[in-house]
Amino acid sequence: MFFLVPMYYLGYTSLESGDLFSGYTFSWAWDNYSDAWTLYRDHFIRSFEYAAIATLLAFLISYPLAYWIAFRGGRWKNLLLLLIIAPFFVTYLIRTLAWKTILADDGIVVSTLQNLHLVSSDGRLLATTTAVIAGITYNFLPFMALPIYVSLEQIDQRLIEAAEDLYANRAKAFFRVTFPLSLPGVFAGTLLTFIPACGDFINAQLLGTPRQLMIGNVIQSKFKVSADYPQAAALSFVLMAIILVLIIAYARSVGSERVTTGVA
Amino acid sequence: MTSAVETVAVRRHRASATTRAWAFVRRHTLTLFAILAFLYLLLPIAVVVVFSFNDPIGRFNFKWQGFTLDNWLHPFDYPQLGPAVRLSLVIAVFSAVIATAIGTLMALALVRYRFRGHGSTNLLIFLPMATPEIVMGSSLLTLFLNYSVPLGFTTILLAHIMFNISFVVVTVRARLAGYDRHLEEAAADLFANPWTAFYKVTLPLIWPGILAGFLLAFALSVDDFVITYLVSGADQTFPLFVWGAARVAVPPQINVIGSAIFFIAIAFMLANVLWQWRRQPKGAV
Repeated sequence: MFFLVPMYYLGYTSLESGDLFSGYTFSWAWDNYSDAWTLYRDHFIRSFEYAAIATLLAFLISYPLAYWIAFRGGRWKNLLLLLIIAPFFVTYLIRTLAWKTILADDGIVVSTLQNLHLVSSDGRLLATTTAVIAGITYNFLPFMALPIYVSLEQIDQRLIEAAEDLYANRAKAFFRVTFPLSLPGVFAGTLLTFIPACGDFINAQLLGTPRQLMIGNVIQSKFKVSADYPQAAALSFVLMAIILVLIIAYARSVGSERVTTGVA
Repeated sequence: MTSAVETVAVRRHRASATTRAWAFVRRHTLTLFAILAFLYLLLPIAVVVVFSFNDPIGRFNFKWQGFTLDNWLHPFDYPQLGPAVRLSLVIAVFSAVIATAIGTLMALALVRYRFRGHGSTNLLIFLPMATPEIVMGSSLLTLFLNYSVPLGFTTILLAHIMFNISFVVVTVRARLAGYDRHLEEAAADLFANPWTAFYKVTLPLIWPGILAGFLLAFALSVDDFVITYLVSGADQTFPLFVWGAARVAVPPQINVIGSAIFFIAIAFMLANVLWQWRRQPKGAV
């Protein structure tokens, strides 16, 4: 009820036409939707591309980290978990501004990379795609790490020991037992990272240039700058719809995979 | 491949030295990786804290110039910063209290009663958490626009209550799930009054869940930017202030407030961790 009512108005507004001065009226203006796709296709594709890369990176960083805490953390586990969620306690915007400081053109990171010739002498990190994706990865990393940790933590150690006795190979035991058992956490973490990453506009705004603008930037400027509410509402709806389709597709593929590994 | 593995299995005692060496390497690679990951996570925080002591020349606090305590001594010495922080706190308190009250009742109803629409209510609670903030913010904004609600304090508060409720419900419900209903029945048998039973038995038992839900709601409210940004009018919360400021200047006071919020939150969490640690029996992992 707190969710559906606003959603209804979002749909309603998305079909309005008119302009700010004469007022918007409801008119089944479906062209808001065709415009949403034809005009902003690049932004949509870029958003999903960035979100997907950031989710993958977050997974690659979080999984070993969560694994390490779950199995090697010992009595420090809670403290280490606290370190993982520590970034949440610094306001999102301030965190992102901190990255701006770190990646600044005359900052330590850029000059080190220049000295190592990994970046050309006039190269920069700020205002690049890399910076935007790194920012998104950073900001949503805890969302990935925590669910993975929880599912790893719940695994019965004896199962892994048994697997190691049977397969006699740690790698194999990991891929046959530990990893499949942690899939629910991976699934939850992926969703929790991917969904907010798709709609994010702060990283693109603060760490990128107009060439890195994502769909979130378009929606927010339509609402707040040009006051083109119907178009903005249509864009939000399309974003939501695409995300839902992706989630369902993802849930299907992961679900069937889990069934097959369970049988094998 | 399989035969090789089986051979290893059979001659396990002989191969144990190599296995152990491999395990040693692997163990330390993982540890090294974890340390690097932690550095990545904590580096920006360190930057925020360090730069709160910076004495910047010009309007941007991006380059280290010199150490000063001025920013900490005069944290609100910047136009509009004080009112923004105050508004954030007011909104956080109100929205957390209201969302906790509604959320707790919803959680109780969801766990206790099998009413019509039970399943869809569960889904509806999950949905706001699975929606990108920008979509949620825009849907609320269109709602307010359609009713010509003036954007400002009220709309920010309503929006915060809305997104907080889901989180409270989930937190309280988690606590309720692990709780024995027979206790309440026993209480009902003894006191024979549902209200007394609720106050004396149910409430104390689910209290940690309610408190956790409240703190979570408070934290989310203080930190929220996207939704607040969309539904706000001229009023500024602290994150909105940072956003507005970032275009023209980044005063070090922002870092001071940011660090202060961080330290307060960390102190809370540390207290909680230590408390759990002490309650845990020594032998337990």
